[in-house]
Amino acid sequence: MSETAKQLEALIARGYRHGFVTDIDADTVAPGLDEDVVRLISKKKGEPAFLTEWRLRALRHWLTMKEPHWAHLRVAPIDYQAISYYSAPKAKKGGPKSLADVDPKLLETYEKLGVPLHERARLAGVAVDAVFDSVSVATTFKERLSAAGVVFCPFSEAVRSHPELIEQYLGSVVPYSDNFFATLNSAVFSDGSFVYVPKGVRCPMELSTYFRINAMNTGQFERTLIIADAGASVSYLEGCSAPQRDENQLHAAVVELIALEDAYIKYSTVQNWYPGDVNGVGGIYNFVTKRGECRGRNSHISWTQVETGSAITWKYPSCVLRGAGSIGEFYSVATVNNHQQADTGTKMIHIGRDTRSTIISKGISAGRGQNTYRGLVKILPSAQSARNFTQCDSLLMGGECGAHTFPYVEVKNPSATVEHEASTSKISDDQLFYLLARGIAEEDAVNMIVSGFCKSVFKELPMEFAVEAQKLLAVSLEGAVG
Amino acid sequence: MSPMLTINNLSVSVEGKPILNGLTLEVGAGEVHAIMGPNGSGKSTLAHVLAGRPGYEVTSGSVTYEGRDLLAMAPQERAREGVFLGFQYPVEIPGVNNVYLLKAAVNAARKQRSLAEVDAFDFLGLVRDKMRLMHMEDSFLSRGVNEGFSGGEKKRNEILQMLVLEPKLAILDETDSGLDIDALKVVAAGVNSLRAPQRSFVLVTHYQRLLEYVVPDFVHVLVRGRIARSGDKSLAVELERRGYDWVSGEAA
Repeated sequence: MSETAKQLEALIARGYRHGFVTDIDADTVAPGLDEDVVRLISKKKGEPAFLTEWRLRALRHWLTMKEPHWAHLRVAPIDYQAISYYSAPKAKKGGPKSLADVDPKLLETYEKLGVPLHERARLAGVAVDAVFDSVSVATTFKERLSAAGVVFCPFSEAVRSHPELIEQYLGSVVPYSDNFFATLNSAVFSDGSFVYVPKGVRCPMELSTYFRINAMNTGQFERTLIIADAGASVSYLEGCSAPQRDENQLHAAVVELIALEDAYIKYSTVQNWYPGDVNGVGGIYNFVTKRGECRGRNSHISWTQVETGSAITWKYPSCVLRGAGSIGEFYSVATVNNHQQADTGTKMIHIGRDTRSTIISKGISAGRGQNTYRGLVKILPSAQSARNFTQCDSLLMGGECGAHTFPYVEVKNPSATVEHEASTSKISDDQLFYLLARGIAEEDAVNMIVSGFCKSVFKELPMEFAVEAQKLLAVSLEGAVG
Repeated sequence: MSPMLTINNLSVSVEGKPILNGLTLEVGAGEVHAIMGPNGSGKSTLAHVLAGRPGYEVTSGSVTYEGRDLLAMAPQERAREGVFLGFQYPVEIPGVNNVYLLKAAVNAARKQRSLAEVDAFDFLGLVRDKMRLMHMEDSFLSRGVNEGFSGGEKKRNEILQMLVLEPKLAILDETDSGLDIDALKVVAAGVNSLRAPQRSFVLVTHYQRLLEYVVPDFVHVLVRGRIARSGDKSLAVELERRGYDWVSGEAA
């Protein structure tokens, strides 16, 4: 190891900065999962019968399923009966009406996380729907959005205000029987965000949800549903963090996107769940199902993700390209350091004719991290003249980490064009010394090289989040060169 | 006045193998020194040791830069204090914008002197001026550092960085190698534009070609890790005529 590398190694782990716990009374259901618990969750949320039934169908199906183990991951056994499936901060009579009613401790928590709830948010043009454990506590910018006809609210509120949309679209992209974790989510999902952008409306601002796991031993099961009606467009950002604990916590979310004719949905994630300590103790298990369906002609769904956190990440934001001429995109930066593991990628399912998809995946492995790209490009017989371009690049830092690539391609229509490029590189001592010799500090030099590597993904993020993502990446890779 | 750079009896090994063997050299402010010598004589090692590249073991001797122990300074600190190394083989850093690197480098040096960061607009103007001098296209600004550059472009980029950083001591490691005559003239013009009474140059070169355009005050011939002969610019001409064997033979 070079001198520089040794010095950098010594700087390892400034530690996780969002690892504080908010001391707040919570209404938490006893651990365990059966039909009574599902009914209780549904009742607490005042849900209509169709939804209770849907949850129960999911639960019954889930009880017949086995935990999947095909991913390139080492997962400690999860005791699903030891998890509490519902936790909500105790509200002062009837829940907050405005920011002033919100528990100041909660607001402090968001301050620490840097969630722009106040005027800053207006300046930044960001509307925030903050989910604290299971219940949304504050939603901003409702008025401006509702003037445009955009519905942006907690999922549980949408169940009451727009049950017909929920009934029509919920589970239409990710059915309750989809996979072990999605099915579990369908049975017990707590809250999440709901977005509906009506015909021809361009959503006037970026929408953002900041999820946070706070209570101990709770799983978080959000459900997000975004519908862009014909000709509508919306950009949505999800940011995540969690307190630092020695136990592993389960996060099994489901996100469904539906783009109708000529609609555009851009979904960006900056994920910074607690990754565990340098020895691999604790951290979030992030087992998430994200799928979008380009249902209408010329619709367009774009996923961008920057994954720096979680002990284990298992997620494949995917696109079902049903509408003719529809476009699916996946831009990803996944970072693993210390003992983190990530198995992530995408599926592009081409059904309609002239559908196009682009996959750009940048994996960064440091410490003893294991990073896997897993992708499927499937061109069905109906997808005349479909095109895919895939690029998978891996950057290794140090000799104890790993990068793995599993690109699957299934082409059932001979008119398809499928391209795949892949590379693996290391941060070289030459690059590092070149920057040092220009007076750049070591950490800045490493960040510069890594940011350069990720540039083609970062440029897909909304401006203000691109900056945040770059900073997060710097923190998660601190001292990780070798 | 003490010289800007004093190298005293410097011996350096790489992976246990001695490369420099008691090299002694003084470079005064405003002087241009050319270091010549056959392949493997230790020219590039000298350049890298002065810039602080890891992997070189100093077994004896000292280097003093402006009265300070240069060898005790980290490479980034040397750069911020005005030592510049023009690389023989500049590396590519994909995705990192050229202007971004230039600005970061200038600001790092300014921070050292407790100066505020440069104004982005003024800075861009300055860079454009220097680019014109180096015959570089505007599109260069938004490209990645050395990304997809030809050999000649990389060398011109090194000189551009030097022009923008305005170092006190510029060490150019075979900046002339691989350049055609037109590019060589451009590079030489860049170097000459920076010559000043308070700025010194160490030009490491295999051929005397560059020295026709950048006229040195002193020429030193390095053989087996030490200076075998020093003289003025006429020494370079004589070397060209008689070949390195002439000096190597004497030194043996």
